[in-house]
Amino acid sequence: MFVELNNLLNTTPDRAEQGKLTLLCDAKTDGSFLVHHFLSFYLKANCKVCFVALIQSFSHYSIVGQKLGVSLTMARERGQLVFLEGLKSAVDVVFQAQKEPHPLQFLREANAGNLKPLFEFVREALKPVDSGEARWTYPVLLVDDLSVLLSLGMGAVAVLDFIHYCRATVCWELKLRILWRRPSQPAVHRDQSFTYQYKIQDKSVSFFAKGMSPAVL
Amino acid sequence: MLDSLLALGGLVLLRDSVEWEGRSLLKALVKKSALCGEQVHILGCEVSEEEFREGFDSDINNRLVYHDFFRDPLNWSKTEEAFPGGPLGALRAMCKRTDPVPVTIALDSLSWLLLRLPCTTLCQVLHAVSHQDSCPGDSSSVGKVSVLGLLHEELHGPGPVGALSSLAQTEVTLGGTMGQASAHILCRRPRQRPTDQTQWFSILPDFSLDLQEGPSVESQPYSDPHIPPVSKNAKVDPTTHLTFNLHLSKKEREARDSLILPFQFSSEKQQALLRPRPGQATSHIFYEPDAYDDLDQEDPDDDLDI
Repeated sequence: MFVELNNLLNTTPDRAEQGKLTLLCDAKTDGSFLVHHFLSFYLKANCKVCFVALIQSFSHYSIVGQKLGVSLTMARERGQLVFLEGLKSAVDVVFQAQKEPHPLQFLREANAGNLKPLFEFVREALKPVDSGEARWTYPVLLVDDLSVLLSLGMGAVAVLDFIHYCRATVCWELKLRILWRRPSQPAVHRDQSFTYQYKIQDKSVSFFAKGMSPAVL
Repeated sequence: MLDSLLALGGLVLLRDSVEWEGRSLLKALVKKSALCGEQVHILGCEVSEEEFREGFDSDINNRLVYHDFFRDPLNWSKTEEAFPGGPLGALRAMCKRTDPVPVTIALDSLSWLLLRLPCTTLCQVLHAVSHQDSCPGDSSSVGKVSVLGLLHEELHGPGPVGALSSLAQTEVTLGGTMGQASAHILCRRPRQRPTDQTQWFSILPDFSLDLQEGPSVESQPYSDPHIPPVSKNAKVDPTTHLTFNLHLSKKEREARDSLILPFQFSSEKQQALLRPRPGQATSHIFYEPDAYDDLDQEDPDDDLDI
């Protein structure tokens, strides 16, 4: 995770907010560093994380995660991280007959109306396990990214319904944090809107106030 | 006008955007309705019941009848809790009221319904619900119905928004400047011209409506320092910053006054017409009379004295 970003958002792994939906939008640039940031942030906060990764392979996130100080492999082995590797699963679902509905079932269907199987996968992954002791602080859902669902033929309303159900059941019922990524114009919130410039380096990101000259940086 | 929006009844559209949200105003109007003793129904699709009721005191909350379509609107959980027919079914059920008590139905949000239902169906149901108090020949006096629909303008094309707009008795479009919210209210009363006005307002933490004067002129953004600020009472001369000339010089005025209009019959024109010009080709008329023609050799203009 990037410490500077934590400072800007005024948050640390031990006091992050629950029950919130965060939308990560990028337009004409690549905002994936935010995805890596939040993934490592919530793993370090000892949260149960369900990551629906449709853009990159597991090894990609793993390599970046190592630079940021988290091991995705170990998190997955100890049950902290549930990882849906979209790229690999897509091949499975298209070329192999599935006994049960697969989260990416819509790839097989000509007129897939909704993302219900994907939602059920998420709900199952983040359901609290009655093991007596609470191992993890709270559940987090991370989706990278929503525009892939649109590109794969799901209607905008179907994606909205998926988000709605994730918010309603998972965010409200289980009080967790959802993070999405989709490319679009970022929404300006009237009460709190801050704009910064950033520069990505090898293992960190620096943030600057708007208007600083590159010569100064 | 903003605080008497519901007095007319019928469909009231609250058009908001990402920049100027409308749910606070919806809640303020719901609170007002509840305090007036009206029956208030909420069709909650977009936010949880908890979130909607937040900010209302228990007195208001007890008067709200909340229909929860947030938790499982599409019946994905396959429990039988969901209202059969979904939000549309609930709306249709409200068409069959027989109460004399006035009722307000708040749709949170109309956009949610419009995205998932055919526009024509939604319009038909909305029309039926909002006009049930004006059915001709109905002896039982059904109370006034107001339907408050929250519409996120940016989600829909001009077609569906236009259809809903034509159904609405009142349209409130939210906007603002310099952090101050405004509502542009377009009101269509029966047999009268539509009226519109802009009202500046803010919503207090307890969802009471606070009507305001508007941002002061001095604090307007992007004011050009070279143009002196106009005081409120001074009449603004509209001809000052035009790119074309509205005034005539003396010469231009004289030239205009001496111009002869093309259809004015002066003596010169008359002479020109009476004296045929040389070289003018004579024209022939070839006439084939048919059976019904009355060929009268008498000239009908003979008695005219020109």
